[in-house]
Amino acid sequence: MKVELQNLTKIFPGRDKKNPKDTVTVNDFTFTIPDGQLVGLLGPSGCGKSTTLYMISGLQQPSGGKILFGEDDVTNLPAESRGVGLVFQNYALYPHMTVKQNILFPLQNLKGPDKMTKEAMLERAYEAARLVQIDELMERKPSELSGGQQQRVAIARALVKMPRVLLLDEPLSNLDARLRLQTREEIRRIQRETKITTVFVTHDQEEAMSISDMIVVMKLGVVQQVGKPQEVYDNPVNLFVAKFLGTPPINVFEGSVTNGKLYIGDSAVLDVPGVDNREVFVGIRPEGFVLDKNGPLTCNISGIEVMGRDVSIVSTNEKSINPVVRSIINADSNVDATATEVSYSLKPHKVFIFDKETEERIYFEV
Amino acid sequence: MANESVATKKYYWYEVSKKLDAFAKKIKFDQWKGWIYLSPAIVLLLIFTVWPIFNTVRMSLLEGYTTMTEINGATFQFGFGNFIRVIKYPGFITCLKNTVLLTVLTVPISTFLALLIAVCLNSIKLFSRALQTIFFLPYVTNSIAIGMVFAAMFNMIIGGNARPDSVGIVNNVIEFFFGEGSYINWMNAGSANPDGTASWANFTVMVVYIVWNALPFKILILLGGLQSVNKQYYDAAKVDGTSRARVFARITVPLLSPMIAYVVITGFIGGFKEYSSIVGVFGEGMGPVGNAYALDTMVGFIYRAIGKQEGTASAAALILFGIIFVVTMINLYVSNKKTHY
Repeated sequence: MKVELQNLTKIFPGRDKKNPKDTVTVNDFTFTIPDGQLVGLLGPSGCGKSTTLYMISGLQQPSGGKILFGEDDVTNLPAESRGVGLVFQNYALYPHMTVKQNILFPLQNLKGPDKMTKEAMLERAYEAARLVQIDELMERKPSELSGGQQQRVAIARALVKMPRVLLLDEPLSNLDARLRLQTREEIRRIQRETKITTVFVTHDQEEAMSISDMIVVMKLGVVQQVGKPQEVYDNPVNLFVAKFLGTPPINVFEGSVTNGKLYIGDSAVLDVPGVDNREVFVGIRPEGFVLDKNGPLTCNISGIEVMGRDVSIVSTNEKSINPVVRSIINADSNVDATATEVSYSLKPHKVFIFDKETEERIYFEV
Repeated sequence: MANESVATKKYYWYEVSKKLDAFAKKIKFDQWKGWIYLSPAIVLLLIFTVWPIFNTVRMSLLEGYTTMTEINGATFQFGFGNFIRVIKYPGFITCLKNTVLLTVLTVPISTFLALLIAVCLNSIKLFSRALQTIFFLPYVTNSIAIGMVFAAMFNMIIGGNARPDSVGIVNNVIEFFFGEGSYINWMNAGSANPDGTASWANFTVMVVYIVWNALPFKILILLGGLQSVNKQYYDAAKVDGTSRARVFARITVPLLSPMIAYVVITGFIGGFKEYSSIVGVFGEGMGPVGNAYALDTMVGFIYRAIGKQEGTASAAALILFGIIFVVTMINLYVSNKKTHY
């Protein structure tokens, strides 16, 4: 099921005379989620990603714009008639029901021609439970399950009624780091198997990047960039997106462009043909540094972290916006541990320059 | 010189505190201090709770005990005579029957109504604060005063004519719906009962009054419970297309079950101690005019017995305690099976 959002807007009106300002939580969001894809809504807290999700679910009414499931306009349909499955951040499993009763609950609500026999319901419930691998736990209460298991039950409950769209609100935020890795693979697998169009919300860019077919980066209610995770990472449209994606985060320097050359401090670090002279922010991905004794960018080393596969050099530069400059170098390259200075040359496609005023990307030919 | 004296003074107090510490160690103050801090509360409890309970048991087991004769030096035989006297007393069965009937009728009705009202109050936004206050008013109003108002609402003024001079507000409403002459003599219908029992009309007045009086506390507890229920359960149910009735039966009631159990158990205990409400409506006679004590209850029985013979009153109190104890145990047993915590 394709999901289309057209100029979706949500405004929370000012509460009282003391706070008369309306809050625009989601501003003119237009986006089409292709059928059967896993889409991650990504942004810092307060960016309107959860509100968008709840508007798709029908639990919140948009202030403007339209939501279409396939060709159906569902904007004014109540949540119960939309056929969405929603997994809440803290799962919202009914604590007094067993896992089985929880999963059966949505099916027992069906009325009229959709009404199912007890056997058919049980069969469907076990099918969903097998899909998320909890069919052994059907008689337990939610309080007797681990966080990861509760998460699976919540997904099974959302899937059991065969929703047109599956929505996940911060699905991994309540899990520990190890389980998070496991569960995100699991969500990916379940989504692939069921081929249900899935939207999930997260503030963790790694999580979004690793499993989504597409990501939507949002900031203060406004969509910044939409695209495949790698594309967005490789081609951020503005400083915010560049900073938000990637671990370790991108290194940002103050710089300037003079006569087609990019300067950080006094050193010309890169040729940037076709860019007018101006003040800029320079974003350099940690993997964009190349060790080069004669390299133009020199930083003072403050530490070296060896992580097996590669080496991370932590250094400082007075033009850096971040407190430290972090580069990731292949472990094979020889790093002099006693050196106090390190010089880099840069990989042009890992360097982005942004206008100092608008923070929009300035493109140059590589 | 001055400095020296300050130094000596300081040293002196240092010595004193050291000596105090040593003394505290000697008498093992650390072991006792908990008890010392608790002692005011313990003394009060012993005087006003433990001793009365103990004394009640003692008095109930002394044949024909009264305080006045004991002060005058009389001694009493040990035995169960007081209990037998209570059970054989002709009014006792009426009291027991009235108490049980009122409790069994009012607790379920008031609990169910309170649940409905709490759910409604919880779901409306407009005026919810004002309505909560209004529903809570009976709780802070004197029950005798409310009883007098109820009596006035249900009362008829007969007069000398074929039709009573006034049939009362409640009967006015009934006549409005069911036609003239359909009034009911709520307050004094049981006057003519030769066996001294109350009529169903008298009972209805009491049930209405007790239910109304019991509502605020129950609403308060249940509303508090409702407000602590995670809203996401309702969102989840909504996404799953659950009907309102099913949300109520399958989600609200089970999640509220601890509060419901609490309200039912305290309701039963309160019901068995019903007394002042009947005095409030029917007066000290505790029954319709000319049929005194037709609506008497266990506590009423105990109060009247105190004036005559404390031994009998104690025995009756212990019987009431036994009944409440058994009923509460049954309540707890049932609620443990049905309650989700």
